[in-house]
Amino acid sequence: MLENSYDLAKEVIFTLSGKAGVTGYEHRLYPSLEEIFGSLDCHLDRDFMGNFYAGKKGDDGKLSVMLAAHMDEIGLMITHIDNRGFIHFTAVGGIDGRTLLCQEVIVHGKQEVKGIISSVPSKVQSNNAKNAIDISKLVIDIGYPKDIVLSLVKPGDIISIKRTPFMLLNEKIAGKALDDRAGIAVLAVCFNELSKLNHRHNVLAVATVQEEVGLRGATTSSNRLQPDLAVAIDVTHAQTLDTKSQVSIQLGKGPAITVGPNIHPKIFTELTGCARESRIPYQVQAVAGETGTDARVIQLSGQGIPTGLISIPLRYMHTSVETASLGDIVDSGKLLACFIAGLPEDAEDLLCC
Amino acid sequence: MLLKELCQINGVSGNEKRVRDFILERIQDKVDSWQMDKIGNLVVKKKPSSSDQPIVLLCAHMDEVGLFITEITADGYLKFQPVGGIDPQILVSKPVSIGSIQGVIGTKAIHLQRKEERKQILNFEELYIDIGANTKEEAEKEVKIGDYAFFNSHFEIIGQDYLKAKALDDRIGCALIMEILDSSFACGIIAAFTVQEEIGLRGSKVISNYVQPDFAIIVEATRAADIEEENEEAWSVELSKGPACSLMDSATIYQSRLIQKVSNIARNHHIPLQFRKSTAAANDAGNIHKGGTGVPTITLSVPCRNIHSMSSVICKTDYEYCLSLLRLILQGGFINAESEYP
Repeated sequence: MLENSYDLAKEVIFTLSGKAGVTGYEHRLYPSLEEIFGSLDCHLDRDFMGNFYAGKKGDDGKLSVMLAAHMDEIGLMITHIDNRGFIHFTAVGGIDGRTLLCQEVIVHGKQEVKGIISSVPSKVQSNNAKNAIDISKLVIDIGYPKDIVLSLVKPGDIISIKRTPFMLLNEKIAGKALDDRAGIAVLAVCFNELSKLNHRHNVLAVATVQEEVGLRGATTSSNRLQPDLAVAIDVTHAQTLDTKSQVSIQLGKGPAITVGPNIHPKIFTELTGCARESRIPYQVQAVAGETGTDARVIQLSGQGIPTGLISIPLRYMHTSVETASLGDIVDSGKLLACFIAGLPEDAEDLLCC
Repeated sequence: MLLKELCQINGVSGNEKRVRDFILERIQDKVDSWQMDKIGNLVVKKKPSSSDQPIVLLCAHMDEVGLFITEITADGYLKFQPVGGIDPQILVSKPVSIGSIQGVIGTKAIHLQRKEERKQILNFEELYIDIGANTKEEAEKEVKIGDYAFFNSHFEIIGQDYLKAKALDDRIGCALIMEILDSSFACGIIAAFTVQEEIGLRGSKVISNYVQPDFAIIVEATRAADIEEENEEAWSVELSKGPACSLMDSATIYQSRLIQKVSNIARNHHIPLQFRKSTAAANDAGNIHKGGTGVPTITLSVPCRNIHSMSSVICKTDYEYCLSLLRLILQGGFINAESEYP
C-alpha cells in the first residue's frame, strides 16, 4: 500500500523509538519490523547474528544494492543487586553517565519492571562536588523488597531507558534511539518511494545489530549479502548551542552526504547529483578517516564494496532526548530511492575507482 | 486517584493558580467558607461543633519546583533558572514543557566531549531548552521570558506500592488535607493551601499574619535519603516505615511534648511512625509557629525519594498511615489539652 512518506516516517519512528532494542538484545523489534516492511511488500529474512533483512527485487536484478541502518540502541546491563535490593549496572554502548540521574527505565527481567535511577553515596563526590556522579554510583530502585527483587531480576539482565517520542516545533521529533531507528524509517521511506519508480536492481535493506559496540551486525550481513554496492544510513551530530565550534551540520537542512576515504567517490558524486536533480536539500559532511558507522566495515567486506553514507542530522546523540527533523528523514529516504532508481544497467563504469 | 490528579497539574512557585482552582473546585461544597488572600494562598474553614472546641490549622503548600525562562537565544533556544532547590544533574536528557509547548534539555553528545568534560557537572548556565524553534522570532511566538517550564512526568505505580510522580512535594500534603476535609470533626478546621513555599516559605508568612489557630499541623513531603546516603543515620527517613514526625529543622524547633503526644497516638493505634533524623531544610511550620503569640505546631511528612525531581517516589502505605494519624489527632482529646505550657 502506498502511503504518504511523511506519515510513514512518523509512524515508523513512533512505533520503534519507544521500544527496547538494546545492543545484542534487538529481538523485541522484530514484530514491528515485520509489520513495517511486510506492508511495504518486502521479502523478509533474518540471520544468525540477528540482523533483519527486507528485500525487493528489481526489474532485471542484475546488481544488488545493500542498505544498512542499525536497529540497536545503547542501554544498560545489571551487574549486581545490593543487600538493600537496589540494582547496580554497567553501560552497553557509549552511555554518558550524566544523562541518567532520575531517568525512568525498564528492567527486562523475568518480566518487565519499571525503575528509577538514583544515586548511592560517593566518597569522591563529597570531597569534590564539582565531579559529576559516576555511573558506578548509580542504582535502580524498582520499589520492591530485596527478596522480590532477586526473584524478578538477575545480573546480566538488560535495562532500557523509558521514553516515549514526542514532537517539537517544526516537525522535529525527540526521543530515545533515533540513533538509528530514524535510519530504519529512512529505509521504509526508500521502499515506499521506490514503489512509485522503476528500479532495475535488487535492493537489500538490513536493520543491523550491535552497531553501538563495534559495527558487528554490519560485518556479518555484508559478508552474507556480498552486494555490488552499499549505502549505510546513520545519524550524525547536528549543531547545538554548545557545539558550534565542533559541528557544522544543521538540523532541518537536509541529509548529510559523506565524502572521504570511507566513501566510494562515485557514489558520493551520484548521491549529490541525485539530490540536486530532485531538488532535495543536502549537506556535505567531510570525514577524513573512517566513519563511525556501518559504512566503515561494509566497505571492507569481501573484495571491498563501493559504499556510500547518508546521515540524518541529530541533536543530543546518545541521550534520551535525541532530536531529529522529520523533513530530513523523509528527504533521506527520497534521495536514496532516486539514487537506486537512477543507477545505470551496468554499473561497472560507475564503480571503477 | 486524587493524588494523581494533583501531581499532574503544573504549579511552580508563583504560578499556583491551576492547583488552587482544582483544590477549590473539589472542596468548595465540603467547607463552611473559603477565601483567597492577595499572595494567592487558599484558606478554607470548617466550623467547630461548639465554641469551646479548638481551631486546628492544617497547612500544605501547592507549589512545586520547576524552571523559569530567562532568555531566548538568537538561535531560538531557551535559557532558564531553577525555581526552588533543584540539582542541575537531574535535568540532563529530560523532556520539559512550557505550557503546551514541548521541549528537551539535551547535552553535548558524548562523542564530542573531551575526557575531562565527561566528569564535570553540567550547571544551569550550561543547560538550555530546545523547543525545535529555528530562530529567536519563532521561539518568541510560543514562549516569553518569565514563562515557567515544568517536568514532563507521568504518575505511575512502581513495584509493590510505591508511587512515582513529579510534584509529590507537596501535593501529598494537599491531597491528605483534602481527604481530611471529607469528614467532620468536633474541632474547627482551617485548611491553608500555601504558595511559594519552595522559594523561602513565603505564602505561609502571610497566613501567619491573619490566621490564629489553637494548634497547627503542617503536612509535607520530606526527603528520604535512604538510597544516596551510606550511613543509616544520614537517611533522615526511610520509605515504608510510616509517616515522619519532625523534631527540629532549620526554621522550627518542635516542642517535645507535642511530639510525645503524636508518638503516643501512633503507638496506641499501631500506626508506624518515624522521626525525621535531620535538622536540614525547612517548611511552612517556620512561619506558622511564630504567628501571633505563637502556635503549637507539628509537622507530619510522607517520606519521599528523589524529592524535587521529575521522578519522586513515595510509598502508598506511608501516605495512608499519615492520613489515619491525622484523623486520630483531630479526633483525639490531644488538642483540647493544649493550654498547658511546655
